[in-house]
Amino acid sequence: MLKSHLIEQLLKLLAAGLLLISFAMLSRRRTQRLITLFAWQGAILFLSTCLVAYDAHLTELWFSAALTLVLKVIALPWILHILIQRLGAQWDTEPVVNIPVTMLVGLVLVIFAFGLAQPISMLATTITRNALGIALAVILLSFLMMITRRKAVTQVIGFLAMENGLFFAATSATYGMPMVIELGIALDVLVGVFILGIFFFQIREQFDSLDLHHLEALRED
Amino acid sequence: MSGLTFVRQFGEVALAIMIAPLFMGWIAQCRAWMQNRSAPPLFQPYRMLRKLFRKDAALAVNASALFRTTPYVFLGTMVLAAAIIPSLATDLPFARAADAIALIGLFATARVFLSLAAMDIGTAFGSMGARREMMIGFLAEPALLMVLFNAFLLYGSTALPSLVEGYATHSVIDPSVIFAAIAFLMVMLAENARIPIDNPATHLELTMIHEAMLLEYSARHLALVEWASSLKLFNYACIGFALFLPWGIATHGADGGQALLLAVAALAAKLIAAGAVLALIESLSAKLRLFRAPEYLAIAFLLAVLGLLVHLLLGANAHA
Repeated sequence: MLKSHLIEQLLKLLAAGLLLISFAMLSRRRTQRLITLFAWQGAILFLSTCLVAYDAHLTELWFSAALTLVLKVIALPWILHILIQRLGAQWDTEPVVNIPVTMLVGLVLVIFAFGLAQPISMLATTITRNALGIALAVILLSFLMMITRRKAVTQVIGFLAMENGLFFAATSATYGMPMVIELGIALDVLVGVFILGIFFFQIREQFDSLDLHHLEALRED
Repeated sequence: MSGLTFVRQFGEVALAIMIAPLFMGWIAQCRAWMQNRSAPPLFQPYRMLRKLFRKDAALAVNASALFRTTPYVFLGTMVLAAAIIPSLATDLPFARAADAIALIGLFATARVFLSLAAMDIGTAFGSMGARREMMIGFLAEPALLMVLFNAFLLYGSTALPSLVEGYATHSVIDPSVIFAAIAFLMVMLAENARIPIDNPATHLELTMIHEAMLLEYSARHLALVEWASSLKLFNYACIGFALFLPWGIATHGADGGQALLLAVAALAAKLIAAGAVLALIESLSAKLRLFRAPEYLAIAFLLAVLGLLVHLLLGANAHA
């Protein structure tokens, strides 16, 4: 009982760390830092999944924790690093909305997510039920990052961070998804990053920049 | 019994006044080591103060009484703050006189007097520094209040000593403490004119904030202001220890010499560590443009508010 209490405390700490990293991602201007933060987010996810797996004695969750470690902490950040080095896109320009306003909007989103998750988490019986609000907040904050950034690479990082949030929501509400679905999502994300990597090069070839506002207008010729 | 507590109280204040410049010297030394320079001696701030006290004070012709009294007011508020903050023991007669919100009021009083004195002479630099200081202050204060609210919620009290005692009995790390600690560190750097916001080592007119306000002071006035500034940093460090690292502070029940000796040793260890960390932060980070300062402090404020929210959501059944 005491051990389970300790694990619950640790999980709360990790959930808070996840939220902290989401806000750090919102406040960063440099793409390289964003990738490092994304890797840290994956590491926290790995630790929390391991803790839940240990507490609930679920072998499936150990597999998904290993998958998180390999994919989100090592493979994806590595691929993204290579991509931005090839593209020479280490720098992000000013975001669409300035950063303090983005953070304020993010704060409102967190309040919204917490309010939304409160009745749901009452129903859940898992050890991490309180973290559902944080998972929801991470998802919404990643949405916000995708909306407020102009560059293609940062939008992809936002997308991946959103997937992290979804994964965290799944482990916190229902002890994770079935293994088949999890494997499918992992593969989807990996393939998605490859395809988006090819898109980056295509976008740059077409417009000489990775700024997505070039895609908003139709061209006559 | 009450005689002993008064002795303890005055001992604590005297200790704070005496070792505050030493803390500054320690930070300067750590910084010099990290930047591969040969370090100034540890007691350099004291020599500086001695030199300044020996000199004759020069005052501008249009300096009013406000300008002359401000150094004393500044030092006085900082000494009073040092009396309220439980840096060694929680059983302090002064600490019951004011809670943490009044403490912020004390810091604000010092800031207002310093800014008015800087404007008093009417030089361009003085009023520029005063305006910048007020801008930083009005952004940093809400963030600091939010950090304190965080602690108040956690332990159900607004008095610093009972916060320390609450911490000693609960011994549970609440997630909101991380947010509050980071926010507090950011506010501490901004309020004490340290590097991401202001550089204490330069007199470059484009960037200086704190130094611009002190430009007209000389001799004993300058010495008092410098001493008070170092005491302010020391006070902030002690607030940080009381809120986030209260181990070793002699609590209410503990009596006599042994607990107090332990508290002194713990304080010394914490100060040495804190000085090294501050020097590390200052060596690693670059000074922000002045126009980025609101962004920096907005982030500190948001982190503190996030801490509150996280506490409300996650910490609701933490003490069950």
